[in-house]
Amino acid sequence: MSTFEERKAGFLAIELDGAGYENLAAAVLAAESAGFHVATFKDTPAAGRVNALQRAAFTGPVTRNIAVVPEVDTVYTEPFHVSTQLASLDYVSGGRAGWIATAAESPEAAAAVGRAFVQGGALAQEAAASIEVSRRLWDSWEDDAVIRDVATGRYIDVDKLHYADFETPSDFAGPAYSVKGPSIIPRPLQGQLPVVAAASLVGEGLVPVEAVDAVLLTAPTPELLTAEIRDVRARLGSSVAIVAELDVVLDARGQAAESRSGSAHEAAPAQEGGRARFVGSAAGLADLLDSLLQEADGVRLHPAVLDVELEELSRLVLPELRRRGALSPPIQDGTFRHVLGLAPAENRYSTTAAATVAAGK
Amino acid sequence: MTRDIFQPSGRIQFGIFFQGVNSGTIWKAPEAGSQTDFESFRHIAQTAERGKFAAFFLGEGLRLREHLGRPHALDVVGRPDAQTMLAALAAVTKNIGLVATQNTTYNDPSDLAHRLSSLDLISGGRAAWNIVTTDNAWTGANFRRGGYLDHADRYKHAEAFVETAKRIWDSWETPIGPARRVLHEGQHYTVDVTPRLPRSAQYRPVLFQAGDSPDGRDFAARQADVIFSAHPKFDDAVEFRRDIVARSIAAGRGANAVQIMPASEFILAATDQEAQEKKAWVRSLQIGPQQAIAYLEQFWGRELSSYDPDGPLPEIDPVVEETSETRGSGFHGAKARQLADQWRAEAKDKGLSIRQFVTSKTARIDATFTGSYTAVADHLAEYARVGAVDGFNISPWLIPTGLDDIVNHLVPELQERGVYPAEYRGTTLRENLGLETPVRSEESVHI
Repeated sequence: MSTFEERKAGFLAIELDGAGYENLAAAVLAAESAGFHVATFKDTPAAGRVNALQRAAFTGPVTRNIAVVPEVDTVYTEPFHVSTQLASLDYVSGGRAGWIATAAESPEAAAAVGRAFVQGGALAQEAAASIEVSRRLWDSWEDDAVIRDVATGRYIDVDKLHYADFETPSDFAGPAYSVKGPSIIPRPLQGQLPVVAAASLVGEGLVPVEAVDAVLLTAPTPELLTAEIRDVRARLGSSVAIVAELDVVLDARGQAAESRSGSAHEAAPAQEGGRARFVGSAAGLADLLDSLLQEADGVRLHPAVLDVELEELSRLVLPELRRRGALSPPIQDGTFRHVLGLAPAENRYSTTAAATVAAGK
Repeated sequence: MTRDIFQPSGRIQFGIFFQGVNSGTIWKAPEAGSQTDFESFRHIAQTAERGKFAAFFLGEGLRLREHLGRPHALDVVGRPDAQTMLAALAAVTKNIGLVATQNTTYNDPSDLAHRLSSLDLISGGRAAWNIVTTDNAWTGANFRRGGYLDHADRYKHAEAFVETAKRIWDSWETPIGPARRVLHEGQHYTVDVTPRLPRSAQYRPVLFQAGDSPDGRDFAARQADVIFSAHPKFDDAVEFRRDIVARSIAAGRGANAVQIMPASEFILAATDQEAQEKKAWVRSLQIGPQQAIAYLEQFWGRELSSYDPDGPLPEIDPVVEETSETRGSGFHGAKARQLADQWRAEAKDKGLSIRQFVTSKTARIDATFTGSYTAVADHLAEYARVGAVDGFNISPWLIPTGLDDIVNHLVPELQERGVYPAEYRGTTLRENLGLETPVRSEESVHI
């Protein structure tokens, strides 16, 4: 028997909300060169917070490997616009886009667009419907729909375009709606963008597990994360990637994390109740992440102060994790699907796939 | 008052309109590149910026054009979301304005205002909104609210929408806040929002508008900074300017308050003769035999594939009395049979085949500047001298290299004539267009 086991390597995501919009390029490049696999962009309404999808789009052309994954609300948005915007993000990032599908829970978000306030079980229904609309629209052009056939004068093959014909289910709590399609943009480069949602939004009676590719999981303390990961894995099965959420305050610039914690807490816009928080040394964080990555597929870090923590993460934490083989190696020109280990996305409308099945392949 | 007397600026500027749909962009030539790869957009935007273009435009269509009940197959189609693409282009450009065509019917004012502010901040004050309206339920089939707006109400609705957006952008008392709550209760929607984004380096996004009906022109005269017009031909442009100046004065704005940039196409070469030859080639690729037949089918309401594109117009009559609206291409139903009679007579008169006739109907003859670099530069200098327009919004017929000869050859000719900027004036679109900073509206002070 070998003295070392094949160890499970995972991915690391970092929330870039702290970069605002003025230092976006520098921040995402720092995250990419540090070795993060994924950058995420928060979108809950806050003073000064610029639209997350646009921030992600801005970072697309300046990076090469890091996946760019914005939050986009499903409740008070138009699913058709959301689908087009995300597909476009995939194009501008060369296939590195994803979607953290959120369900806004604030009366203010409802009032801003003059809609009735949605709460409780209806939130998951809205999220499920919006995700389904996007997924159908992304498939509504087959990969080879643009044929540019000079002989017949056809730019597209209309047999490879499909109406989405989505209708909200009969038990839909909000006002029923339908979306016709096809999309106004060809199929995204990844076929289907990976969809990520809070674990609390996914499961039986909520957003169906099959609708998402990864879930974000929280626990009140780092110690409780492992148990929570196991619980969620048992509840949702192995088809979704599990990403643990962790706030991070590190010893940095000659100051102990403990002493920074108070002020960083004040300064950190990302800090949210209920999320595990690590306060301490880079070495301690490397140990914690190492153990978390044995259980979860990935961990998303919420740095207390982006610049400061990113410097320490880059200098000390990620190199140590790489040395231990805890991080999956970056894939040159890879997609977000690659990061999550997803197979190429089948197209639900594909005539070619149907033919392949019929041929018994 | 001098404010009421129009003063020509003596210069023109260029915008680029990356269309992404319809027959104007040729795809059958080997040099025609991808319509969706980011590299196509980057090449066009960076070339335009090298040529000191004021603005990069993206269009929007919220449902695919259809032909006889199926998506239209013959033209370029499938384009990205305007603001997402422009946010990405903001990262690889420095000065060029980024103009997103966005619909007032299938967006929410608070959400759209927020996203446009976002683009404006991300780009350092280079965002603009090209305001368009639509009312058809056919497009509404892609949206939660469906078709809900009557054709007659579309400008009324659009104006309430734009005013709400302006109040949202005006809501910050100082550049850093605090913001005041904006309330609007209208016939079609209500808004109650406390805006979250500060003013940009250009205060707020620049507003473009393209409506051409009397209502559309009045709307622009009251609300817009720039009109994306359909009047590029010299005499027509002069007349349009006169009309817009009168309307902006009547709206209480100055004679120079609203700029005009007509849609246009350029087919250029070293000599006039080469340019004419190039034009014949471009036209043959824009309207091929299948497109010519399909164009007539839209009005005849039936298949005409048995007709020879190089022969006369069909003698057979249209099947519908009222042409069904050509889905998504913006034609409205004249009586089909009457139209068919009229077209047959016209084609016969001029001795035109189906293909020639359709080319004459679809190619924007007035909007095309064909000739040698020097001849076209001389012609454009005349527009600048009298102030017929403030610039031209150019639709390249080839992606991604369609601006190369304009930037390499026409722009230097114009610069030599002193009618085109040698450098960007500033970093914001408002500065580069020479627009005044808006005055904060008093309305936003009240809740």
